[in-house]
Amino acid sequence: MNTTKTLSHLDWLEAEAIHIMREVAGQCERPVLLFSGGKDSLCMLRIAEKAFRPGRFPFPLLHIDTGHNYKEVIDFRDKRAAELGERLIVRSVEDSMARGTVVLKNENEPRNKHQSVTLLEAITEFEFDACIGGARRDEEKARAKERIMSFRDEFGQWDPKNQRPELWDLYNARTHKGENIRAFPISNWTEMDVWQYIERENLELPSIYFAHTRPIVMRSGAIVPINVPLANGEMLNQPKPGEEIIAMQVRFRTVGDITCTAPVSSDADTVSKIVLETATTTITERGATRLDDQTSDASMEQRKKEGYF
Amino acid sequence: MNNLMQPQDNGLLRFMTCGSVDDGKSTLIGRLLFDTKTILEDTLTNITRTSNKRGMDAVDLSLLTDGLQAEREQGITIDVAYRYFSTGTRKYIIADAPGHEQYTRNMVTAASTANLAIILIDARKGVLTQTRRHSFLAHLVGIPHIVVAVNKMDLVNHDQAVFDKIRTDYLAFAAQIGLANNGSDIRFIPMSALNGDMLVDRNDAMPWYSGETLLEILEQVPATCTEHNDSFRFPVQYVCRPQASDDPELHDFRGFMGRVESGEIAVGDKVTVLPSGQGSTVKAIQLGNDKLQTAISEQSVTLLLEDEIDISRGDMIVRASDAKEPVKQIEAMICWLSETPLSTARTYTIRHTTRESKAKVGSIAYKVDVNTLEHQAAQGLNMNDIARIEFKLAKPLAVDSYADNRATGAFIVIDESSNNTVGAGMII
Repeated sequence: MNTTKTLSHLDWLEAEAIHIMREVAGQCERPVLLFSGGKDSLCMLRIAEKAFRPGRFPFPLLHIDTGHNYKEVIDFRDKRAAELGERLIVRSVEDSMARGTVVLKNENEPRNKHQSVTLLEAITEFEFDACIGGARRDEEKARAKERIMSFRDEFGQWDPKNQRPELWDLYNARTHKGENIRAFPISNWTEMDVWQYIERENLELPSIYFAHTRPIVMRSGAIVPINVPLANGEMLNQPKPGEEIIAMQVRFRTVGDITCTAPVSSDADTVSKIVLETATTTITERGATRLDDQTSDASMEQRKKEGYF
Repeated sequence: MNNLMQPQDNGLLRFMTCGSVDDGKSTLIGRLLFDTKTILEDTLTNITRTSNKRGMDAVDLSLLTDGLQAEREQGITIDVAYRYFSTGTRKYIIADAPGHEQYTRNMVTAASTANLAIILIDARKGVLTQTRRHSFLAHLVGIPHIVVAVNKMDLVNHDQAVFDKIRTDYLAFAAQIGLANNGSDIRFIPMSALNGDMLVDRNDAMPWYSGETLLEILEQVPATCTEHNDSFRFPVQYVCRPQASDDPELHDFRGFMGRVESGEIAVGDKVTVLPSGQGSTVKAIQLGNDKLQTAISEQSVTLLLEDEIDISRGDMIVRASDAKEPVKQIEAMICWLSETPLSTARTYTIRHTTRESKAKVGSIAYKVDVNTLEHQAAQGLNMNDIARIEFKLAKPLAVDSYADNRATGAFIVIDESSNNTVGAGMII
């Protein structure tokens, strides 16, 4: 028995994630890595570098853009992909809307859940048989039960009652034509692990992850960013009549669609301050920041059944 | 307890909990998460609200492990759930598996990645059929550390005699299945998950017990990656040949990518590639663009060899001094996972490390009744059956016995028509 050498918990998580990415590359014909410019997907890019350099990534990067993303994040996404010299494919929910495959209930409906449609269209367009995503099991209870290699039928649906058994580190990523696998290399990471990894690897992040002052209003207990400029000059999230606009120091714990991601009040302007704040926070990541998960106890489970990652 | 990372990092431990809701398993997990401050305020608010809605006075910590909508509708747990907590020095992954007989496959799944199992016993009921089943399965899947948690001690007046009797009964049974005499580490703790006695805090209800608390044990047992066999085993997952690169240094680069499943390797070590048997020497070890001198168990790296040998995914690089002859026939204990029964007439695919081979069932020696542990004759296997089977393989596999090496002794059985994983095997 060898008791002298142990991997630190971050090294172990990294080694597991590298192993999973290489299994996808080894087993699948046309994988793709979902990359949003957010913190989890930036960790995924570092893992991919460790897994495949000095070679190129055996997959392109794909972003499903709702058109309602923070400009800082989109700019950062493009910069990072260019630095790595890897191919970035962007497919837009707005194109799906133009095609008529996404129909919003009203103009202000959050577009997050409609990403599923655009993702499935991209999967069909490029014949992807595996999508590698940065979802974590600690985020949400539907994710806590999802496999690391999660099988989706040709409609992209997840069937929680009929998942493939997954034992040891023997992953089964086989599919028939039209079906696909969603692979989650950082399933076993927590929010804390992600921040510790960012700190250790000295990863650069979009500026909105750090404390900054922005106009907000308080809306049913949540901090809602107001007058957010989009790349096309449009302003998103207008205040409602009677709402008081406050300049607040905030940071984002998670970045997503502007209309449904709330920042938290914070003065943490460095990664080490964020690690400290994460260790002492009293609210979960999704609880604090996602306006779209609170509608129903089961909303993530429901969206996954419909093809969401 | 605080959650801040200390400079010291004691690695990561994966463990599983065996028991039913009635044994207080969900309460135990809820209590561990709660007492290590893993539960945050909004989650607590949610379960407090649900507790009140269901007419309970106190917060029901078992609600923390409440699962999917599909499960809540049926009032059962249908699948393994993974949960996380950290003590500041060590990170933990809990595999929470349902305990009923019809979920044997889920228990085997949870056990496959666990280094420790907590087997829950209700102090009022003692060693039951399900205790035997859970212990047998934990043993079958090779979990090296067993903690027998005698729970609900508050309901037997914290009586030491009750605890002692259960320990004696359990040890007698453990000896019978070979658990006690193969070096397995078995420990007993009296506890009340409901009151939090002997989990994270000792409290003062059982002054007669001077042993470790549950968390003390979890903090001390070897981390997941330190208990492997010493033989170096490196299944190749992917071969990196960046020929198109404009960097002339990379023109001849051939990197063999994989994870060290056991043992360790250093630059200059002699290796053999299986199944071909060709030999070479390790020229370099890389992690991304970083150069390493050694790689240890569970580390994912890229190996470069001195000689140009044809190596592809599915080959295994081992230390030259402990290379084994690949085999085309294996004996294994199998857990059948699929609703479609095993057919001895069909050809299946076996996935062993990164290698696949077609396989035919040679014979079924017997199946095991997981409750009585009796051997029975069998013609086919149904879901949740456990049996000893012989397979004939189309391609040679570089295997170790599961008892020696959990990574290179394990395989899965795949049904090619559905692509489903239908069986889990442990080589004898």
